[in-house]
Amino acid sequence: MANTVDARGLSCPQPVLMTLDEIKAGNVDEIVVMVDNEASKENVSRAAQSKGWKLKNIQEKDGIYHITIGKE
Amino acid sequence: MKKMKNIFAETWGIIGVGIFIGILAPLLQYWGNPPNMGICVACFERDIAGAIGLHRAAVVQYIRPEIIGFVLGSLIAAYLFREFKPRLGSATVVRFFLGVFAMIGALVFLGCPWRGALRLAGGDGNAILGLLGLIFGIWIGTLFLKNGYNLGRSQQTHHAAGWMLPLLMIGLLILMLIFPQISGKEKNEILFYSMKGPGSMHVALLISLGVGLLIGFLAQRSRFCTMGAFRDLLLFRQIHLFSGFLALIITALVVNFILGQFKAGFAGQPVAHTMHVWNFAGMALSGLAYCLAGGCPGRQLFLAGEGDGDAAVFVLGMIVGAGISHNFGLASSPAGVGPYGISAVIIGLLVCLFIGFTMRKRIA
Repeated sequence: MANTVDARGLSCPQPVLMTLDEIKAGNVDEIVVMVDNEASKENVSRAAQSKGWKLKNIQEKDGIYHITIGKE
Repeated sequence: MKKMKNIFAETWGIIGVGIFIGILAPLLQYWGNPPNMGICVACFERDIAGAIGLHRAAVVQYIRPEIIGFVLGSLIAAYLFREFKPRLGSATVVRFFLGVFAMIGALVFLGCPWRGALRLAGGDGNAILGLLGLIFGIWIGTLFLKNGYNLGRSQQTHHAAGWMLPLLMIGLLILMLIFPQISGKEKNEILFYSMKGPGSMHVALLISLGVGLLIGFLAQRSRFCTMGAFRDLLLFRQIHLFSGFLALIITALVVNFILGQFKAGFAGQPVAHTMHVWNFAGMALSGLAYCLAGGCPGRQLFLAGEGDGDAAVFVLGMIVGAGISHNFGLASSPAGVGPYGISAVIIGLLVCLFIGFTMRKRIA
């Protein structure tokens, strides 16, 4: 089961903070983060990897990135 | 489809950009920009405010092509890499006032974080107080961030809306070309030009514009941000952006030694004063305002170049703030803080605290 973090329209550091909160909550092994800018995409990916999570998939749809990260 | 990897967003990319700025900024000083002010976003926006008569401080009036280059360089990069995204509407008016007070704080210290770094790299001990103040202000900002502070979501908007600040920059460049400095005169029909002081010291237009374009391009790719450097370090223990800022300081230090521009001390430093408390407090106010607005003055220009209208309003706030600073005696000079500088810093801190405490609506 994957949770979704909707960080569209938000710029750093909010998307990263929201992602880390979700990771910290520890309820799921997989999180999908939605962001709408390149910098947030890079920052969320970097932050997840620094927490030992794996970057599973990044999909772009209508200017929105769906970043799937998962526990190792 | 995965797009081409952005090498500038990697560790060596951001360090490379820091080194690049660290080489060019002291060189600009060597070629004619003011001492320890090769590039200062706050100072240069203040000079632009003076050039169009928003304030009448005769020594700081000049349309700085570096600023124009920053915005347009970022615009070009954003279009080339398909990152131009016009957006607007994240508490825009709040960002305007954060820009105003960020500038007021910067002009009490006499510099933005970039100049703080360049002053340090030139041996100016007062910069230590300023940078400590900057870190303190950002730290306060991170406490607000941890407690849910945010300015809300932005919305996608018309392409033309994203072009507003780039168009203003193109307009300023055209004004400069139509109304160049008349030798020996401090004003032509439209623009003010300083005859003496920092505003009179500048490299040739093409060089400053070219350097600005290059830095704007690279900074857009790498997301270089001096506020983010400390914020991410304090908030996430992440050194990514910090490594770029550190690279800038170390490189500028080395280049200053090579060019003979390093002079250690506190007293008699160029365009600086020695009132330690207010160097600290001025930068603390700025640092808090940058943190609440999500970027240092340079980063706001680069964001505006990629279509962020909220960042553009922050920039306009800084330019207006420069007018307020010099018109009402808030700005410092080498003699010390201005008559109302201290009151303005206190009011600014109160306004920023008010913003930080009240704008914490949870994001649905």
